[in-house]
Amino acid sequence: MKVEQISIFLENKPGGLSSVTKALSDAGINIRALSLADTSDFGILRLIVDNVARAKEVLNAAGFAVGKTHVVAVEVPDRPGGLNSILEALTGQGVNVEYMYAFVERSGENAVIIFRFDATDQAIDVLLKGGFTVLPGEKVYGL
Amino acid sequence: MIYNEEFETLPREAIEALQLKRLQQVVSRVYHTVGFYKKAFDNAGVTPEDIKSLDDLRRLPFTTKQDLRDNYPFGLFSVPMSNIVRLHASSGTTGKPTVVGYTKRDIDTWATLMARSFAAAGLTRNDIIHNSYGYGLFTGGLGAHYGAEKLGASVIPMSGGSTKKQIMLLQDFGPTAICCTPSYLLFLAEAGREMGVDMKSLRLRVGILGAEPWSERMREQIESVLDIAAMNIYGLSEVMGPGVSMECIEGRNGLHIFEDHFIAEIIDPATGEVLPYGEKGELVFTTITKEAFPLIRYRTKDITRLMPEVCKCGRTFVRMERVTGRSDDMLIIRGVNVFPSQIESVIMEIDGLEPHYQLIVDREGSLDTLEIQVEVSERIFSDEIRQLQNLEKRIKKDVKDLLGVTAKVKLVESKTLQRFEGKAVRVIDKRNI
Repeated sequence: MKVEQISIFLENKPGGLSSVTKALSDAGINIRALSLADTSDFGILRLIVDNVARAKEVLNAAGFAVGKTHVVAVEVPDRPGGLNSILEALTGQGVNVEYMYAFVERSGENAVIIFRFDATDQAIDVLLKGGFTVLPGEKVYGL
Repeated sequence: MIYNEEFETLPREAIEALQLKRLQQVVSRVYHTVGFYKKAFDNAGVTPEDIKSLDDLRRLPFTTKQDLRDNYPFGLFSVPMSNIVRLHASSGTTGKPTVVGYTKRDIDTWATLMARSFAAAGLTRNDIIHNSYGYGLFTGGLGAHYGAEKLGASVIPMSGGSTKKQIMLLQDFGPTAICCTPSYLLFLAEAGREMGVDMKSLRLRVGILGAEPWSERMREQIESVLDIAAMNIYGLSEVMGPGVSMECIEGRNGLHIFEDHFIAEIIDPATGEVLPYGEKGELVFTTITKEAFPLIRYRTKDITRLMPEVCKCGRTFVRMERVTGRSDDMLIIRGVNVFPSQIESVIMEIDGLEPHYQLIVDREGSLDTLEIQVEVSERIFSDEIRQLQNLEKRIKKDVKDLLGVTAKVKLVESKTLQRFEGKAVRVIDKRNI
């Protein structure tokens, strides 16, 4: 049920982000979702792409240090309190959210949010038991 | 095993008596045969007859790399070209190369010292030595080769490069020892692993590693990935080549300098003053048996200290500590002496492998600033900001603890710091002083 996310270290300087997007674009890789976390000196670009292995390959070839992390994609009811119900279920079980970001595409009527938890397996367990829809990787890469 | 037991275990007084006799001969010879030395000694107001004790050595002027360049290519040779049987040259990364010559007897002396070095590492005529030092102008390849033959071992004259072939021969020929630089050995180990070879199952048991500075941390790493004893050898082409000093397998604490052929001194790199045993400073060599290209008080720029205590292996030659830096790399930051290698060891402690880093020294107002730029490799990368900030804090704290200097740590993208063939330029000093 996990989704593979790649992450890239970027210095805070002009053209950093575009060199990543260019490498992916040249290789015909589609970015499904992304988030950029930053400090004053550097940023971490996190990406969900349609072809993880190929993306890592071309980014390595372009000289980037690429990390791979397991994240969880959860369908969130697109109504007030939708996200809160998920977070409450997790908090009740002591699972901590390291970071999260929204997916561009919807899954049917629902929004999709990418979560990075401190305890991924436990989080998936809690979510499934709580009746939430966790999207498998193959589905997310192709949304 | 001690290869030349008679010489290598001489009592201290006998070593010094031998050194004095040989020193007097060489000083007299260079004064009369090499114009450069005659002029230098005359300028210093000293004649060969003034050398009455080993302490008088310090009355002689130093010889520097610049002197070698100024007399390029053969100006410092003290025998006619017809007596020279071999030439070697340094890589010459900064200008013209440094050229060194050898007589037939010099080559034999060198082979003997390399044989002593192999024996000190526990090798015998029953060993097979895979020699990956480059053959050619560089002294490493041929120096190790002649020494291995002198010892009676079987040599594989592999030279560098052709990684796949190196791995194949390491498997098929079953060498028990390998000669190369420590970083190249780690590279080979990695390449072998990628080819699916169990590098620990090779017959290799000893590595004779040198030609670049390395750390104890790197030794541990090499020993764990290859399951061998990684032994440190030291030398420089100007003085002879590899085999000027060598660690012994029994002690593995400092490298025995072959004092029947070289006199070592430690000086303060700033003042030139000779320092007592135990103090850290720049290593200076005088060659006392070389015929073709003797050197008087040659400043190596390598930073180390000398340990006079007799070693448990039985050798009486003084030991030098692992070289920890170069005097021309030394930075003085807010009055503190800082060697890039010290900062390297801090980063290595965290990263576990040879790091890519650069030091930027600048001055804000009247205060020196030090910025350490470290490339973020995939090994230390995390997709969480907090982890990377912790990494920055840890480097900063460890540098402060070790050196007492506060530095700014900046993480930079991998492969953005400039790579150099051979020696890396680790320091950019922007201060105008």
